[in-house]
Amino acid sequence: MRLITTTGLTLQQAGRTVLRDVDMHIDRGEIVTLVGPNGSGKSTLVKGLIGALKPLHGTVDAMRGLRIGYVPQSLAIDGLLPLTVRRFLCLPFRHDGDAMARALAEAGVPDLGEAQMRTLSGGQFQRVMLARALLMSPDLLILDEATQGLDQPGAADFYRKIEHVRRHLNCAVLMVSHDLHVVMAASDRVLCLNGHVCCEGTPDVVQDSPEYRALFGTGTKGAFAIYRHEHDHDHHHDHEHDHA
Amino acid sequence: MTTIIITTTNMTMLDDFLVRAGLAGIGTALAAAPLGCFVVWRRMAYFGDATAHAALLGVALSLAFQGPTMLGVLATALIMAILVQALSGRGLAEDTLLGVLAHAALAIGLVAVSFISGARVDLMGYLFGDILAVNVYDLAMIWSGALAVIALLTWRWQRLLTATLNPDLAQSSGISARAEQLVLTVALALTVAVAIKAVGALLIGALLIIPPAAARPLARTPEAMALITAVIGATSAVAGLGASFQFDTPTGPTIVCVAAALFCATSVLGRLRA
Repeated sequence: MRLITTTGLTLQQAGRTVLRDVDMHIDRGEIVTLVGPNGSGKSTLVKGLIGALKPLHGTVDAMRGLRIGYVPQSLAIDGLLPLTVRRFLCLPFRHDGDAMARALAEAGVPDLGEAQMRTLSGGQFQRVMLARALLMSPDLLILDEATQGLDQPGAADFYRKIEHVRRHLNCAVLMVSHDLHVVMAASDRVLCLNGHVCCEGTPDVVQDSPEYRALFGTGTKGAFAIYRHEHDHDHHHDHEHDHA
Repeated sequence: MTTIIITTTNMTMLDDFLVRAGLAGIGTALAAAPLGCFVVWRRMAYFGDATAHAALLGVALSLAFQGPTMLGVLATALIMAILVQALSGRGLAEDTLLGVLAHAALAIGLVAVSFISGARVDLMGYLFGDILAVNVYDLAMIWSGALAVIALLTWRWQRLLTATLNPDLAQSSGISARAEQLVLTVALALTVAVAIKAVGALLIGALLIIPPAAARPLARTPEAMALITAVIGATSAVAGLGASFQFDTPTGPTIVCVAAALFCATSVLGRLRA
């Protein structure tokens, strides 16, 4: 089932055209990854999809009643705003205590309900964000650089959570990330952006495409292979980053 | 002083200027509490000042056209707030833009008033407020305004909080951050309009910011902070009024002094508990 489709989408930010003529779509159940260098329009496309940016040209068509669980790139909580984790989970939609406890447990942070949001570590914070997204039982989960600030084992663990969530909820997942190799290996489809969609397809197709290599070189290919190796055997390689 | 008290005991309660002043202070504090929380959470402190300063221009225009002051204030405060919103994010840093607009509005208001003969005395009242001169009509306006502001913010509370946290997060749930900003803008204009006569343009900003800042160390959730802010604001108003009566000091500034003292007290308390 098609959840969201863009047709000829052109987006401007601060008067500058960041993305041109994007045709893309996301289907239920698939994991799509956006890759691209800094300033290539990844976050801009996400803003377009969630409706925070109005298209200059083109359209964004979302399924009727599409529920989006969005985990933003960062969330600077003002020091003057007191906010417990449980209160945060109830924004903007209220949930009962049991549902919140389940979501926190599923995200791997069962004991943080009464903690203040500002006291959370980077990893705890991302998990709470994930719990909030889960509570909305989204059709589409959007993660914008969600593993920013997590170390490599933390990030790998986070992606395993996402994979679990996708199976559990049968939702689609759209990820934006710099951890090219990790993210791409977990994806069904990769969209490589650089002001426009410069290539797309399965991770294998994209990483072999000349456009992708022109942007990222062939250096990441080695790391990509290593990750898959780890993935196949499912045990820890604490030397993996040395190869990257 | 004794004579005043003796004579007023024979009248109904609202005839006592002290009771009226107290009720005006409490009403203003109640409206300012939830709104002030958003002002500090969203770092809009200058925004409150700019709106309040613009209100003075509204006073001048009302005097010139002999219209109702509150309407003039409401209109200019609203125009100012919308102007700020429209101009923000277009080059100038937000605080610079607000500084330019706030001071320009205040200056234009002062110049405009000078064209109207006999307005000089009135103006002082609108700059510093004269809570002791509040009449029953003013009181009715303050309380209906305050209740309207509280109702508006209560209705939009969840949306406002989400938009305050992160505009994109709000948008992904179908909440328009700009629409919620407009809600706050309207609430701010309304608060300034009803409070200007009692509190004055220069002190409204203080009433919006000091009580929430004082409440912060005592609160664990946004709702608790808004409630504690209301208590601190109302306490400041009543205690400030009493102190100004006792020590024969200007009322508005005395209220702000009490609020500032409470801020110091809760800050120390917060440190001790941490």
